[in-house]
Amino acid sequence: MNKKLKSYTTQTYIAYALIAPAALYIILIVAWPLLETIRLSFTNSSLAGEDYVGLENYQKMFSSKKFNGIVTRTFVWMFFSVSLKLIIGLIGAVLLNANLKGRSIFRVLVMPPWVVPIAIGMLGWLWLYNGYFGIIAGVGMRTGILDGPFGFLAYKQSAFISTIIADVWVGTPMVTVFFLAAMQGVPRDLYEAAYCDGASRWDRFFKITLPQITPVIITMSLLSAIWTFNSFEIIWILTEGGPRGSTTTLIIDTYKQALGNYKFGRGAARAVVVMILLMLFAGFYLALLARINKKISHE
Amino acid sequence: MNKYNPFEKILIYFGIFVFMTFILLPFIEMFYASLRPLDHLFRSPYQFYSDDLSFWAYQEMWNTVPMLGRYIFNSFFLASCVAILTLIFVIPAAYAYARFKFPAKNTSLYILLAINMFSGAVILIPLYKLLRTLGLLNSYQSMIIPGVAFLIPTAIWLLKSYFEKIPIDLEEAAFVDGASRVQILRHIIAPLSTPGLVVVGIYAFIGAYAQQFLFAITFNQKKEYMPIPTGLYEFIGYQSVKWNEMMAAALVGMLPVLLLFVFLQKYIVEGLTAGAVKN
Repeated sequence: MNKKLKSYTTQTYIAYALIAPAALYIILIVAWPLLETIRLSFTNSSLAGEDYVGLENYQKMFSSKKFNGIVTRTFVWMFFSVSLKLIIGLIGAVLLNANLKGRSIFRVLVMPPWVVPIAIGMLGWLWLYNGYFGIIAGVGMRTGILDGPFGFLAYKQSAFISTIIADVWVGTPMVTVFFLAAMQGVPRDLYEAAYCDGASRWDRFFKITLPQITPVIITMSLLSAIWTFNSFEIIWILTEGGPRGSTTTLIIDTYKQALGNYKFGRGAARAVVVMILLMLFAGFYLALLARINKKISHE
Repeated sequence: MNKYNPFEKILIYFGIFVFMTFILLPFIEMFYASLRPLDHLFRSPYQFYSDDLSFWAYQEMWNTVPMLGRYIFNSFFLASCVAILTLIFVIPAAYAYARFKFPAKNTSLYILLAINMFSGAVILIPLYKLLRTLGLLNSYQSMIIPGVAFLIPTAIWLLKSYFEKIPIDLEEAAFVDGASRVQILRHIIAPLSTPGLVVVGIYAFIGAYAQQFLFAITFNQKKEYMPIPTGLYEFIGYQSVKWNEMMAAALVGMLPVLLLFVFLQKYIVEGLTAGAVKN
């Protein structure tokens, strides 16, 4: 009998058979295209056909000043966007964690930017950023900060900042929700003990809450770095990478090369750079996750 | 310990107000713009007040973009197909991960997590060529096939955690008593896992609805198959942008996902945060 019971969870061929459809799907639609992208990056593939060209795509790419600018810009854009998401998300989570009336409603109300299709939400931002008729330009003009209509997406610097703000808007809700969940997982007796010892609310936040949720903060920093790096729709819809390339990040550049000009080879070389960077991020993330899991199982 | 004095209360509510304004302003402004007549919107600087608000734009938008109904249908149709296909692939896999011990189990789970981190943009070129070779460009399939691939990993993780909540003792007892695996599936697992399946299905629907844009602009040029996120851009590009109608249509386009999410937010958020927070 016991042997039979054991066989219930150890018949590996059944497990593999159950996993096979999903695994094959992923291999065909994700894994194979990843490898194929690497192969294409060594060719001059286009709609007309392809020839092997060795490292030409890479040489051209790395020697172009424009490309190096794009890499730097991507990281600057990411840095500001991720930092703002984390800071605003943390403040938001603290506020929504306060034991006050209405907090359960506010917790639902933070989520819409996260759930709504980005392409639709960005239509709202296009309207907000409108230089003549939008509310932001309007408030600016009425308060005298702006001396006339101002197209936020029409100038290099303001477009750069505007796309960051829209990206922060999309990403903050998720960060807030995760931080909030982490804060609620902190054992209550820690706070009670500190309260009895006379710790102020401020002390309790810095000495209990913050250290307790640090693993989640680190995880979320990495995860949102990855998502921000991948952010495509926001920039594409607001500026298409413009004006004059000022919001062109790696992802946007990859897309433009590959599917704007149908220069598959050049696009693939950029996609490989994106892939390598993503693998680095993913490696960090998984190593971190493994460490956190190990620590938890030790405790 | 959790008592606040009036000053602290005001401070916190003020903070919440500022935070919420940032989050909700685009929606509020979209809704307000959808109610205002076009000539009020086209005043510079921005006018805060309109006296003749109406739902006129919600009627007129169907005339301005005659295919609007079709786009909304397409979005629903695409998201439903993607959600159903995702479930078909994910249910057996998630069950195997929740119940069986086998070599490479953890490694493959982590690979799934890693896949989640690749944006579709990295593999668009081979996918484009693949779909072109198969003659599937400009069809529903061209948006469904890649859509499913990117939902499978998270859906497996989510559903696995639901299966793990069903006590294994029930299944084992039935198994020892001679029930076949198919019988166990029908009489124990299926009824107990229905709520989890609904949540994961809705998660997949929302995810599929949200990710339509990239695949739609890349793999589909045909209007008949366009989903609403791309269809909305038809309001731009006539002589002037009919902002009020575009905002009305945008709100109608996002309503289904918002409603689904509001009803099920508790379960979805629980499922998604569980992995990152406790584990």
